[in-house]
Amino acid sequence: MKTQAPADVGKAAWLFLLPALALIFVFFFLPVLASLVLSVTDFDIYAIANPSTTRFVGLSNYTKLLHTPEFWQALRNTFYFALVGGPLTIAVSLATALLLNAKLVRFKSFFRTIYFTPFVTTLVAVAIVWRYLYHTKYGLLNYALGHIGIGPIDWLGDPHWAMPAIILLAVWKQFGYNMLIFIAGLQAIPQDLYDAAEIDGAGPFRRFFNVTLPLLGPTLLFVGVITMIGYFQLFSEPYVMTQGGPLRATTSVVLMMYEEGFRWWRMGYAASIAFVLFVVILIATLIQFRLQKEHV
Amino acid sequence: MARTENKNYRRAAVGGPAGGSGRALSGEAPRGSGRGWSGSARGRRRMAQIILYALLILGALIALVPMLWMLSASLMPTGEASTYPPHLLPSRVTFAHYGELFTRLNLGRYLVNSTFIAVTVTAISLVVNSMAGYAFAKLRFRGRDRTFRLLSLGLVLPVQIAMLPLFLLMKNLHLINTYWGVIIPGMASIFGIFLIRQYALSIPDDMLDAARIDGASELRIYWEVVVPGILPILATLAIWTFLSTWNDFMWPLIVLSDQAHYTLPVALANLSGEHVQDTELMMAGSVLTVIPVLAVFLFLQRYYIQGVMAGAVKG
Repeated sequence: MKTQAPADVGKAAWLFLLPALALIFVFFFLPVLASLVLSVTDFDIYAIANPSTTRFVGLSNYTKLLHTPEFWQALRNTFYFALVGGPLTIAVSLATALLLNAKLVRFKSFFRTIYFTPFVTTLVAVAIVWRYLYHTKYGLLNYALGHIGIGPIDWLGDPHWAMPAIILLAVWKQFGYNMLIFIAGLQAIPQDLYDAAEIDGAGPFRRFFNVTLPLLGPTLLFVGVITMIGYFQLFSEPYVMTQGGPLRATTSVVLMMYEEGFRWWRMGYAASIAFVLFVVILIATLIQFRLQKEHV
Repeated sequence: MARTENKNYRRAAVGGPAGGSGRALSGEAPRGSGRGWSGSARGRRRMAQIILYALLILGALIALVPMLWMLSASLMPTGEASTYPPHLLPSRVTFAHYGELFTRLNLGRYLVNSTFIAVTVTAISLVVNSMAGYAFAKLRFRGRDRTFRLLSLGLVLPVQIAMLPLFLLMKNLHLINTYWGVIIPGMASIFGIFLIRQYALSIPDDMLDAARIDGASELRIYWEVVVPGILPILATLAIWTFLSTWNDFMWPLIVLSDQAHYTLPVALANLSGEHVQDTELMMAGSVLTVIPVLAVFLFLQRYYIQGVMAGAVKG
């Protein structure tokens, strides 16, 4: 029932696409490509004033990076955050989703809203709040822990505790989002399967491992990938709470990129950091897809 | 989906042994009866319910306590938030810190900046993303699938990679230290286009063709047929864009170096360094930053939560 020539529709389509594609190309794809170019130059503070002083330096930014202990530490810190914080967030999200999906529970949407609230709050603001909650002497957390016999912990001042402290905040802030995705996934599992498993005498734990978990596979992959990509980009929490300290224990890859690029204006060097981050995220995503394939 | 399942469940419970899946409740009842309180199915069910609610309430407390303490501390007289043992409630309620935010710290200005930026980005991005999402979903043209695949590559690229060259680009365009330096990169989003496309796929082709037969231009079809048809997802996208623009920190921090243009999160991070000791003041600033997004979320959560549940909204 086409009354207009397809060419007309095609032209209209490109006009509809033009603003979005132009913006995304100029302000996202082009800078990403330029970043690759930037990373093989010595673009620095002098180049900002006079770009002609920039020289091509090959892969020397990358080799320098690999010989910088601070970079390896930032990479370790980021992996620590992503590999401990990510699974922890997913476990808490799945647990709350199961709780909220239980037949016996009422007021579901009430609890759901409460659990989701931390996710919509402004990270900078809640990071400041948590900085005070973590206060060694006056903080609520140490006060509460004192009641169960745990001595005061210097959460943000002790290099061993600073990253766990940031992970706790991240789990608190993030779990509500994953929880919603899990609830949607759980609701898509047909009740008949549970009934059948129950008739076969499967208890709640076997029902969880034999029915829920396998059928939740695609949801788990989605949540895993999204969480991990987000967690590898850790920046605001250490910037606000610890400035990367103590003893660089919370300096993440992105925080290091920010400092090199926008504090010291070593932009070529910082671009190489950004690209290593990209490769890390890409590999981690591919690994998750591979793991998923093996389990199906 | 949730609704149909609840219905099934109810039917099963009422129908009892008649239905194939009717064991859930009624089938178990006789087995346990007569074995005392804890042994009876009803008792077990009661126990399970108590445990579930205890866990739910504990979780709710953990989710809310940081925000409630923030609110409480913002109303305490200076110094009270740094006492041992910690006070949960202010001994005397004072709004002095909120006054100080506006008089001495200029937070009113940052509030206006944040509002202007978030509202502008939201308004423009709705138009830009919905036009593109609709075109990908419903208009047939050469190169559509290839363009779409290319665009989806962008989803795995972390935005931080773009930031260094983007800063230099903005500098050349003289957009550093301007609102537009923050607004322009937010005007189109790959994710927003995906969200709209997914929803627009369900618009019936007949409706569009009927409008074409009536001689409506493509622009009029978009405005009078498509936009009304995708209103729910536009609401989701609007809330998502507003919240994420309001909460955004790293890019505004980079592009806005002059205080007069600061957004609330940037100003707050900056102040928190200078005013570490002023706990109550910083809490008032945090409340002020969080209240607008919380209000938007609580009033419009129906649309937002539906969007997230569709598995689509990204953090």
